[in-house]
Amino acid sequence: MTDFNRHPDSYHHWQLEYDGAVAHLRMNVNPEHPFRDGYELKLNSYDLAVDIELADAIQRLRFERPDINAVVIGSGQERAFCAGANIVMLKSSTHPFKVNFCKFTNETRLSLEDLSQHSGVRSICAINAACAGGGYELALACDEIHLVNDNNSAVSLPEVPLLGVLPGTGGLTRLVDKRKIRRDHADVFCTLAEGLRGKKALKWNFVDAIWPKSKFHDQVGARAAELAGEAKDKGAAKGIELKPIHFDSSEEDGKSTMKWEHVTVTLEHGNRVARITMTGPIGDQPKDGPGFEAAGCDTWAIKAWREFDDALLQLRFDHEEIGLVVLETRGDRGALVDLEKTLDAHQDYWLCKEILLHTARVCRRWDLMARSTYALVDEKGCAAGAFLELMMACDRIYALDEDGVDFVVGPLSDGDLPMSHGLSRLQNRFLATPEQGDKLAEEQATMIAPEADEEGLVTYLLDPVDWEDDVRIALEERVSLSPDALTGMEASLRFGGAENCDSKIFGRLSAWQNWIFTRPNATGDEGALTRYGAPEGAQFDWRRT
Amino acid sequence: MSSVDLEAKIPNNVGLRANKRLTMALEKWQPKFLDWWKTVGPSDFNEDQIYLRTAVGVGQGGWAHFDYVKMPDYRWGIFMADGPDDRKIHFGDNMGNDAWHTVPGEFRNRLRRLIVTQGDTEPASVEQQRMLGHTCPSLYDLRSLFQVNVEEGRHLWAMVYLLQTHFGADGRDEAEALLERNSGDIDNPRILEAFNYPVTNWLDFFCFTTFMDRDGKYQLSSLAESSFDPLARTTQFMLAEEAYHLQTGENGVGRIIKRTGEIMAEDKDPRQEGAIPLDMIQRYCNFWFTGSMDLFGGEDSTNAAEAFAMGLKGRYRESDGIYKDPKALNAEYRLEVPTDDGKLEEKDIPLRRAMNAVLLDAYIADCTRICQRWNRELKKLGVTEEIKLPNRKFNRQQGVYSGYRFNPEGELIDEATWNKNRDTWLPTQADREYVDSCMIKVTEPGKFANYIAPPTKGPNKQPVDFEYVKFH
Repeated sequence: MTDFNRHPDSYHHWQLEYDGAVAHLRMNVNPEHPFRDGYELKLNSYDLAVDIELADAIQRLRFERPDINAVVIGSGQERAFCAGANIVMLKSSTHPFKVNFCKFTNETRLSLEDLSQHSGVRSICAINAACAGGGYELALACDEIHLVNDNNSAVSLPEVPLLGVLPGTGGLTRLVDKRKIRRDHADVFCTLAEGLRGKKALKWNFVDAIWPKSKFHDQVGARAAELAGEAKDKGAAKGIELKPIHFDSSEEDGKSTMKWEHVTVTLEHGNRVARITMTGPIGDQPKDGPGFEAAGCDTWAIKAWREFDDALLQLRFDHEEIGLVVLETRGDRGALVDLEKTLDAHQDYWLCKEILLHTARVCRRWDLMARSTYALVDEKGCAAGAFLELMMACDRIYALDEDGVDFVVGPLSDGDLPMSHGLSRLQNRFLATPEQGDKLAEEQATMIAPEADEEGLVTYLLDPVDWEDDVRIALEERVSLSPDALTGMEASLRFGGAENCDSKIFGRLSAWQNWIFTRPNATGDEGALTRYGAPEGAQFDWRRT
Repeated sequence: MSSVDLEAKIPNNVGLRANKRLTMALEKWQPKFLDWWKTVGPSDFNEDQIYLRTAVGVGQGGWAHFDYVKMPDYRWGIFMADGPDDRKIHFGDNMGNDAWHTVPGEFRNRLRRLIVTQGDTEPASVEQQRMLGHTCPSLYDLRSLFQVNVEEGRHLWAMVYLLQTHFGADGRDEAEALLERNSGDIDNPRILEAFNYPVTNWLDFFCFTTFMDRDGKYQLSSLAESSFDPLARTTQFMLAEEAYHLQTGENGVGRIIKRTGEIMAEDKDPRQEGAIPLDMIQRYCNFWFTGSMDLFGGEDSTNAAEAFAMGLKGRYRESDGIYKDPKALNAEYRLEVPTDDGKLEEKDIPLRRAMNAVLLDAYIADCTRICQRWNRELKKLGVTEEIKLPNRKFNRQQGVYSGYRFNPEGELIDEATWNKNRDTWLPTQADREYVDSCMIKVTEPGKFANYIAPPTKGPNKQPVDFEYVKFH
């Protein structure tokens, strides 16, 4: 299993320090602690181990340090800001791992942008030395990029000229969509292995500021203080501590089970199906912001979603062969919706806001699973609120036509848990009839299963006599299809409507990068990625596709 | 300056008169170069007449002309060694193809970077040495310093010629940037770290010219093999001048050692005589030798492999056919590397990735021979102590040994042992203060400061007491 728990006291690769309302997150990768053996993380190059710590740091900034209003991402090494993802690691990784790695790093960078956009923590990237590939993509995820102007340090995306692949962490998309860099300038930049230095980088908007080396530290510090000063005070001096998330594993009858407090995953290895079950809140829940603060990270609204998130990551990284994830929910619909109403009503309170933002990110991680996802709603099911959101994220919803199988649209379905492309799941579901989505969100109605079917929330409403067999057949049929075709098909169908920067990033990753990574020109015996650093150069198949 | 003046001022064999683009570029660049020379070049000696060698052609034997000249009037020229028009590429993946007379687009950026990095070191060393004239140990040495300085200036011209001729507008920008960076400037330093170290005394200078310029010789030698013909021929000619700089260094350190040896042979304390004790010289050699090794880059380097594969940089004397396999494929290089558990183990890496290490091997062998020559002088004087080159692993900031501590014998040691012995291995502040205190300016022809022995002969067969510099 992969442990995604980290703590700043034992980071190998980052230093997290606080200076008033400014956090300094310095990358100082320890080459001796890679995610797995076989390569060294030289020149602040990164791998999953480095990025798990970054994700942890950003999460902790949100929950543990609400007094922080700006973060400076810098380097703890004098000679390198960041050399990007470690090439030897990429070369020696399986394709599924590479894609999962890129997806995770994308989600981490998006969480950094989310931190700025929704939590008011502005970010500056302080590039003190060479910054290449994934290093510059990390910079692109910050609000401002400051580069030392020493006639030497450059920002670059050398993937195309050096490796024959694409930047895998949203680099290309953010150049033109986020920074709105002119396409021809971006074209020059992306084929120039050495990248751009100081003045030229500034002129073409690849960075926001350049400073002489002697003033770099002070100027970045001054700007960070300025940004922190502009931020709205969240009125919170003290955050809540995030404790580690644990699960127990067991094996029985060819099935493995991972059990958290509120989430259980059962892996049916024989048919490549995983069943993920999430249970709703039980007993008294906090009634307001200070109540959540007092309850800390063990409160259901935080812990259950952290567990669900962990379960998704376990499935992604450690169970690649699972083709279909079946979602089942349990619990009291009323209790869940009441809890959501409390959070919704207290959105102005920093922690309630963070809880909702976190829930939204976990839902997006679920949207982005490269697995088929089916939701099953039977008489024990809890098709309400955010659980209904998880269901609407699925490729299909199977509901049992039986008394007591009710559906409740909760208060968060009106846009509090947006998908990557900015739509709510109701909007995304009812593209042809937007008024239908608006109505459901507005009314927050409780529906019995046939009504829910009538309202368009159910794919198949099954009679109790058919339920078991039809569900079994549906699962068996799904897992028999080509996993590659399914990944592409699902990614295309899940996100209807217009794209935005975030959704493009994932779309481009699963389409172009996936394709290029598996082409002989990149990873064949004579491909550019394979041959990178090898004694002989790459040999290309020159036919354009 | 008109183009006619330019042609007269700049000795060349590159057809400057017919090359409009180059002429125009140089018309803009040349005044900036002179400004640079006057601002950060040798301090205060620009009005004096110096007996200097000027390159006026590339013919065997008669390429240099000696005469008195004021340094700003020095005729910095542009020369390429003669070579056949139909040279074939003799190593790497493109072996057997015609050498390139223009830059292939595929390699343009990488070649430009190589040339800029090499070019950056040339003015850097002039800047590093700019104050030394004020403490010269003799007129002979003062002239040597200026000879080195003006020729490093010419080497800058050589690189600027390549940038301006073959790399378009980017090349012209890079040529200007070469004059804008400044050794030791925190905001705009020279590219390579060692070229930002201060060179404050003549022991530094002679160590620099022995060890760092010798790195330059090996870097130039690898470029002299390049498939890009103008680069190969330009650097081949630079090597002829570089040899003089290396001699200056070797003889300079040798003469300091000799003087110390003479004093020791008389059973006197070098410190009492204003000379430099051998252990101090040893520490200076340790410092400069190890810093110079860092300039070769990582021992295991994908960059080096690519530069070789592409045919941009060859091995030392590659064209002499001394290597069995000019493609360097299917061969390995054995490298000693530190392991996690504090040991050293041998690891075989593909030979192409070890090209920096291969070049470094040749460099170390060369430095070892020099050290032996110095020690022979000591032995002749009856002194048994010797100067020893430290092991290649000692005090490295680049490559596989950086980040670990080694003693000069090359044994892996812990931080505490390093801290305890550092001051016996590398120059201390007290050493620097002492060496600086020995730097007494001597300008009477034929006289020398007491820490350095006179040379056996002068340049261009002039006597040692020749008036090499005429002060205005």
